[in-house]
Amino acid sequence: MFSFESLVDLPLIWYGLIATAIFLYVLLDGFDLGVGILFPFAPTDRCRDRMMNSIAPFWDGNETWLILGGGGLLAAFPLAYAVIMPALYIPLIIMLLGLIFRGVAFEFRFKATGKSRRIWDGAFHFGSLVAAFMQGVIIGAIVQGIEVEGRTYAGGSFGWLDAYSAMTGVAVVFGYTLLGGTWLVMKTDGETQVWARKSASYVIGYVAIFLAIVSISMPIMNPEIRMRWFSVPNFFFLLPIPTASLIMLIIIWRDLHTGREYRPFLLSFGVFLTGYIGIAISMWPYIVPFEITFRQAAAAPESQSLLLVGTAIMLPLILLYVGYCYYLFRGKASHESAY
Amino acid sequence: MFESLDPTLLARIQFAFTISFHILFPAFTIGLASWLAVIEWRWLRTGNQIYADVYRMWVKIFAVTFGMGVVSGVVMAFQFGTNWSRFADAGGNVLGPLLGYEVLTAFFLEASFLGVMLFGWNRVSPKMHFASTVIVAAGTLISAFWILSANSWMQTPQGFRVGQNGLLYPTSWLEIIFNPSFPFRLVHMVTAAYLTTAFTVAGIGAYYLWRQRHVQHARVMFGMAMIMAIFVAPMQGVFGDLQGLNTLEHQPAKVAAMEGLWETRRGAPLVLFGWPDQEAETTKYAIEIPGLSSLILTHDLDGEVKGLKEWPADERPPVAVVFWAFRLMVGIGVLMIATGVIAIVLYLRKRLFDTRWFQYWCMALTPTGFIAVLAGWFVTEVGRQPWIVQGLLRTSDATSPVMGASVAISLTAFVIVYGFVFGAGSYYILKLIGKGPAGDPEAYGDHGVEKPPIVTDLTGEKGGLHV
Repeated sequence: MFSFESLVDLPLIWYGLIATAIFLYVLLDGFDLGVGILFPFAPTDRCRDRMMNSIAPFWDGNETWLILGGGGLLAAFPLAYAVIMPALYIPLIIMLLGLIFRGVAFEFRFKATGKSRRIWDGAFHFGSLVAAFMQGVIIGAIVQGIEVEGRTYAGGSFGWLDAYSAMTGVAVVFGYTLLGGTWLVMKTDGETQVWARKSASYVIGYVAIFLAIVSISMPIMNPEIRMRWFSVPNFFFLLPIPTASLIMLIIIWRDLHTGREYRPFLLSFGVFLTGYIGIAISMWPYIVPFEITFRQAAAAPESQSLLLVGTAIMLPLILLYVGYCYYLFRGKASHESAY
Repeated sequence: MFESLDPTLLARIQFAFTISFHILFPAFTIGLASWLAVIEWRWLRTGNQIYADVYRMWVKIFAVTFGMGVVSGVVMAFQFGTNWSRFADAGGNVLGPLLGYEVLTAFFLEASFLGVMLFGWNRVSPKMHFASTVIVAAGTLISAFWILSANSWMQTPQGFRVGQNGLLYPTSWLEIIFNPSFPFRLVHMVTAAYLTTAFTVAGIGAYYLWRQRHVQHARVMFGMAMIMAIFVAPMQGVFGDLQGLNTLEHQPAKVAAMEGLWETRRGAPLVLFGWPDQEAETTKYAIEIPGLSSLILTHDLDGEVKGLKEWPADERPPVAVVFWAFRLMVGIGVLMIATGVIAIVLYLRKRLFDTRWFQYWCMALTPTGFIAVLAGWFVTEVGRQPWIVQGLLRTSDATSPVMGASVAISLTAFVIVYGFVFGAGSYYILKLIGKGPAGDPEAYGDHGVEKPPIVTDLTGEKGGLHV
């Protein structure tokens, strides 16, 4: 039985890897969920066809990061998986149902004719909206902490539901809309792009407001987090994170009005990255806040080692061919059905 | 009313429902991906347009099926935690990495190159496109490898130790991955997937032949499917028998339930039909063939076969489900082998493509692969009960601390949503079949594959908000 336990800090590596997988999921499915949220507001059906085509080759791969996040959590931190999933039973199931509706819409929409196409337009939009909102609710519930007794979840069926998690739900909807809008600025032109610019700059203010609310409320709710952010010298070391976020939002806003096509999207990634890092710093070292640390939840070193071998080989390959696919389908999406 | 709901039973029904739905799609896409790879290879080799048409018809059906497989599969990745969290906690060390490998080695591969396969016609060379099809087909098989390894480990666990805290720890990955029932289950399931696809393709080919539509295309579909029926269906009989013997060695209670045998005895009869009664501990109204069960299972007319009474009542699987599902699966297998035999006879008499009653026969058999796959899984999964990991962890000890009411609601939601979404999917697949392989201007215009396949959406000009 091989184990890298004595060579490297396995739980820490896996904490980083799972966090990366979930972040990549948020970014990648974030923009295609965002496209779904914006979908009904597009000016014409032609725009909607282009929007759909701009993400059709990618959505499936993007969603695979969610499976990696879930499967990876089970493999590397089974205890965390076993506590978080029952705690968030209802929002997770609703999220999955949302993902089902939007996922099948890609195939069904182009097969449907006439009025029935409207059904799948609706499924795509509401599925995306519900999935995004529930992901925000899940984040809100996790950052507020999960009740644990022994090795199991000890709270009720609706422990996740409160005004705060509803607020983070709305926040994620706006965040994904920004990603989706800036994606469309990059991947379309003409009237679709003009409209996408307007939509993105419309939501960017909301994104800023929600980022501010989350940044202020988390330290208020939890003294440990307050200490971490507002004690000296931490405060000065951490100040660049919200500052960077703010600067990037301003640049995106300007870019959207000056005609830049790529930078708004890339900087939206940046905004998400700073937000994500901010949450990660607040949650450290917990994987089930504020009960179980990532070390307590770690799988056996043999299990983490085995999957680390596979990850070290496969992850670069995956990034390579996923990158190839994005390269292959580069350029502006057309409104024409591609297959 | 919700207090009276048994959360374990509800969780089992939900898992059975969602995974039964899910398995229909991989069972079809595993075979379809491999077949599409063969079709595209024939096309590249011969340049025969018929193959291109067949490919492009079936790749659309593949896309719809694959999409449904993905979305129903994401649900599965979460259910181990939402509904079986104590199993996830106890078994995560062992099973987690296998599922992790499935994602890393298969899911990304399939998802990424499916995009190329569907949308890459005008962006990659024909060779690269063919490579994408092969990669997707390989991905489906790699996925089957890992998930069947994980499932087989739950049937025949080894290579682990039980820690003081009750959690399982791996001691040998090779023993875990290549556990005793895995090779048999892998071969049996992949072959089942191939046959499922073959009989679906055969049924649709037969339909076109019967209607005298797309006759050239239909001959390709029907002919290739018959090759599978002739050669692969009998092989599946052998593979199934081998898995049965393996099960007898490791999970004899399951075999006793499959056979409906209660008493341990020499010269055990083969119960053809009967009604297993769990309470009365007997199989009523049994029609038996003396000694045959011993002969099949021990290869000796007088061999000893264990009956269900060898195990305490709380370690016996629900017999009737296993007993009947097994007969359903075997019965379909026999029909499939018979199809192959008939096909040989008709082929030698040069009547394979124009025998009308055989076209009805094949059309009738179209869904049987799916039914057999489900029946087979019911045999092996229900037959493992009351264990979730054979001999180690009981299903009733594996559930999440989730209220029965929550599970009842989620189960209801799954039934409604799956019914609607997958009903619609079946409808669109039937529409694609109705449209057929040739003369498909809506999806491809009059362009060949060298040119971008284009359709202009006429509704696009209307504009305006909707939804």
